Amino acid sequence: MFLDELTVRLRSYLRKRLGGLPDEVEDLLQDLLLAVHNKRHTYDPKQPLTAWVQAIARYKLVDLLRRRSRGDVLTDPLDEDDQVFATANDAAEAQYDVAKLLRGLPDRQRLPIQYVKIEGASVTDTAARTGMSESAVKVGIHRGLKALAERIRNIG
Amino acid sequence: MKTEDLVSLLSTGAEAVDLRLPSRRWLLALAGGASIAFLLTAGLLKLNPALWHEASKPMFWVRESYCAVLGVLGFVTAVRLARPGLRLGLAPMGIPVAVIAMWVLAVVTLVATPPQNQGRLILGNTAGVCPFLIALVAAPLLIALLWVMRSLAPTRLRWAGAACGFAAGSIGALVYTLHCPELAAPFLAIWYLLGMLIPTTLGAWLGPRLLRW
Repeated sequence: MFLDELTVRLRSYLRKRLGGLPDEVEDLLQDLLLAVHNKRHTYDPKQPLTAWVQAIARYKLVDLLRRRSRGDVLTDPLDEDDQVFATANDAAEAQYDVAKLLRGLPDRQRLPIQYVKIEGASVTDTAARTGMSESAVKVGIHRGLKALAERIRNIG
Repeated sequence: MKTEDLVSLLSTGAEAVDLRLPSRRWLLALAGGASIAFLLTAGLLKLNPALWHEASKPMFWVRESYCAVLGVLGFVTAVRLARPGLRLGLAPMGIPVAVIAMWVLAVVTLVATPPQNQGRLILGNTAGVCPFLIALVAAPLLIALLWVMRSLAPTRLRWAGAACGFAAGSIGALVYTLHCPELAAPFLAIWYLLGMLIPTTLGAWLGPRLLRW
């Protein structure tokens, strides 16, 4: 699976570069996965996939570091160093809860994501269940994922 | 939320995307922006009544090609900046080449002109308003191009904004030539360039503010 392999690679990329901020790794990783998904129409098939992913990862990393350098980079507790090894094992959990964020979305975005993306229903079934048109379901998923990415970014 | 859950959420029922979507949006923005720019030029500024007459002069076509070439180069640069990890290629380098070529032509023209007429070639009749009118005509193009850029994935935000601005400025200038009575190379080398640089600067300023994703 493309995204599974990507997750593994991006996690080790981020761990190497965010050594001092282990808590940020999974947050940024999820932000990155959403970005890769939401921006996949900007991939040009003539271009190496690695270059595209690399550029997105670098952009998101720089964006995070820039945001932090404006605010709280100097106020990080010193004992965070202790956590490097603890989190290196299985810190696959992000600090925010996407399920909670999902609940904040309007129904026309939340329900399509709930049914299609979480429960695995088809677009046609979801359209029938929600009374939305199929294209509205697709648009809802698309916009909903974009809105989620936006919210995750604002938490960070 | 576990990252693995997000991965399965994203991959479940994921639709294939239409890879031609960006090109369609760019063309739509270009067509829409240029149409409004034309309406502004024809409605607010009026078309140059001597347009047909001037179209027989070589300088008319030098001016049109100058704006068109810069427009294409700026547009291609913007399109490439909208995709992560894409090399920019030669298009951005072509911009200073075209600008310098116009300056060379301007200097050659001035040298061949008696000193008492040189001022007229530089200032024409509309030097005071030209850059601002170009910026005005370029405004709808700038908005349209930035709007498309926002929906894509630029990773160099200031450059992406500036490229949208420069493309808007030079295509705007091309539309503005339908009104503008000036054909002298020194005039074009100074005032047209300034007109293009107004939306470029604006775009560079707006880029980091509008284009983050």
